[in-house]
Amino acid sequence: MPEAEIIPIGTNGTPGRGTGRVKPSAAARGLAGKSATSTGAAKRPARAPSAAKAPAKSATSGPKKIERPVPQPASAAAASAADGAGTPKPQPAPAAAATATARSTSSTTTHERGSIPGIPLGDWTAAIEAGAREVFGGEWERRMAEFLAFMRRRIDGDYVVDSFGFDAELTERLLLAVLRPIAEKWFRVEVRGLENIPAEGGALVVSNHSGTIPVDALMTMATVYDQTGRFLRPLGADLVFRTPMVAGLARRLGATLACQADAERMLTTGELVGVWPEGFKGIGKPFTERYKLQRFGRGGFVSAALRTGVPIVPLSVVGAEEIYPIVGNLGTLARILNLPYLPITPFFPWLGPLGMVPLPSKWLLEFGEPVRTDSYDEVEAEDPMLVFNLTDQVRETIQQTLFTLLLERESVFR
Amino acid sequence: MGRVVLVTGISRDIGRRFARHAAADPSIDRVIGVDVVPPRGDIGEVSFVRADIRNAVIAKVIAREQVDTVVHMSVIATPGRSGGRNAMKELNVLGTMQLLAACQKVESVKHLVVKSTTTVYGGSSRDPAMFTEDMGPKSVPRSGYAQDVYEIEGYVRGFARRRPDVRVTTLRCANVIGPHVESPLTNYFRMSVIPTVLGFDPRMQFLHEDDLYDVLRHAATTDVSGTFNVAGDGMVLLSQVIRRLGKLNVPMPGFAVARAVTALRSARLTDFSREQLAFLTYGRGVDTTRMRQELGFEPNYSTAEALEDFGYSLGHTLASGPVKAGAARA
Repeated sequence: MPEAEIIPIGTNGTPGRGTGRVKPSAAARGLAGKSATSTGAAKRPARAPSAAKAPAKSATSGPKKIERPVPQPASAAAASAADGAGTPKPQPAPAAAATATARSTSSTTTHERGSIPGIPLGDWTAAIEAGAREVFGGEWERRMAEFLAFMRRRIDGDYVVDSFGFDAELTERLLLAVLRPIAEKWFRVEVRGLENIPAEGGALVVSNHSGTIPVDALMTMATVYDQTGRFLRPLGADLVFRTPMVAGLARRLGATLACQADAERMLTTGELVGVWPEGFKGIGKPFTERYKLQRFGRGGFVSAALRTGVPIVPLSVVGAEEIYPIVGNLGTLARILNLPYLPITPFFPWLGPLGMVPLPSKWLLEFGEPVRTDSYDEVEAEDPMLVFNLTDQVRETIQQTLFTLLLERESVFR
Repeated sequence: MGRVVLVTGISRDIGRRFARHAAADPSIDRVIGVDVVPPRGDIGEVSFVRADIRNAVIAKVIAREQVDTVVHMSVIATPGRSGGRNAMKELNVLGTMQLLAACQKVESVKHLVVKSTTTVYGGSSRDPAMFTEDMGPKSVPRSGYAQDVYEIEGYVRGFARRRPDVRVTTLRCANVIGPHVESPLTNYFRMSVIPTVLGFDPRMQFLHEDDLYDVLRHAATTDVSGTFNVAGDGMVLLSQVIRRLGKLNVPMPGFAVARAVTALRSARLTDFSREQLAFLTYGRGVDTTRMRQELGFEPNYSTAEALEDFGYSLGHTLASGPVKAGAARA
């Protein structure tokens, strides 16, 4: 019996690819004869048994029949080649089952299709429902509908940005949602003095800057939104708006260029504006100078606050200095690339992308007592002495708070 | 007493439409259109005078017709069919100089309206979010349309100094879009696949074409002078524009965008200039407070509505082939 199943290449049960005819074509017959003689097989051609006893004659059952063990060493090469070509390797079990049924019953094809193991539709829906409940919580149907509506608005471009390009919906639903776990779980941000942020109206949050890349700005934004529900609108250097990808994202996050015109425009419209007056000097300073405030620009932020009469809220951030300790600077390469600095940290660029994972330092944010500016009139905003004095006052407050916070901190990572 | 309004650049679609719009205004007596080639479409009651603003003949036309209001619309953004960059520069800058010289000479001229553009503010990463009329470009434009407009505005200011009795109104209009507008930007939006600058999402403001005609007429008939930004309310991002128009965008590096646009639209006009690339990279926003408070003009269409109207027309336009504007020559 087994010898009947040996089918050399080209003489498969049905000729060609399932033309439906039982009899092979003349060409196929010729091929079969030739291969039979060339392999030296003394057996009869496979044509006869396939017609006589193999119950499955359709093209689909063909390959499965080849699956059977090959006892003939003479045509082993040909058979194994056919095996390799015709057998679906990853699923041998169904194929074996198919051969079993092929032996016993007659019409295998339809039967075999129906018995393919699968997950019933009911199980699928139940799984999706459970997953949705897991992700969206109890009211998952409403949340899901909201989410789909959000996606639809994104796809249709049916959302509103303000004149600075700020996309509140995207920031709230996506960007801050991404930043939140980083702030809460990775840096374990602890906030103090939240009552110093006015609940409404314009205010200028002035912060120290550190951390090689402006992670501190992002974390402050996420924290301020979560704690007070207000969007902190950061003022960024022009490098931010020059860098591809970053530029597109920054405006959507609510950032705008750190210039007098934009700062005043935002403050007059009653926004909570964040500014990091140290700029690149602060963020790109070496690790040895950590928590030493750099020069506070030219005090532009103070005159902006004076002209618009909004309070200045000093913010001290502890912990951001340690996320990427700068131990060196590739000055020449930075100049070639037109960057303010190109940092070397203990892990970057040595570990490649892995070196870009920030160290999980413990962060403390303290908002200080607001410095009121509404007692001065607009003319005094032009007084350089007043501007310098106020700048120094804010700078000193932040520096002192930094020292206090550093003393309170148990260790860098705890 | 009725007014006599002279409109330059009437062979272009936008000039012709404005001239007809102005002719319908009851406070305007006569509208005279001037250009070197006759307008393609119907000009209604507008009388056409064939004259080149690049030579002194224009002074005779102004004097003979006793023109009191000159609306200068003959500043073109692309060389188009008028030849190369040199021809464009000659038309824009020298044409304006000749026109201003003629206006200075003729006593009857009492009001000059110049249609400028917000392109004059340039586009860079150091731009403020919103330009006010007092601000200039962060760097003086050194090429193309932006440079022409910058120089033209300089000459117009010079003219205003020399003829203080003439009310000079400069309207810095945001990108005009609408069903009939044929400009580099609308052509760009009409492409089926839109190349964008990778990693940037510029902010844009639009002015609907009807609002452009309205504001020009408003400026020509009201007693206000000065420079005004004119744009529809609100702001859209380029990605929103593409989504709302139902197009596909292909982000690519900046230098490739200009080439891609030129290649994709090879046969047709497009000269994708540097200031357009800057606009598509950094975008631009202008403050329109002065337009509302001093000029007293309120656009009918917001930026989003203008875009919607344009998008609505796009279905027709794409099906029947783009609407041909008048010759790009003035």
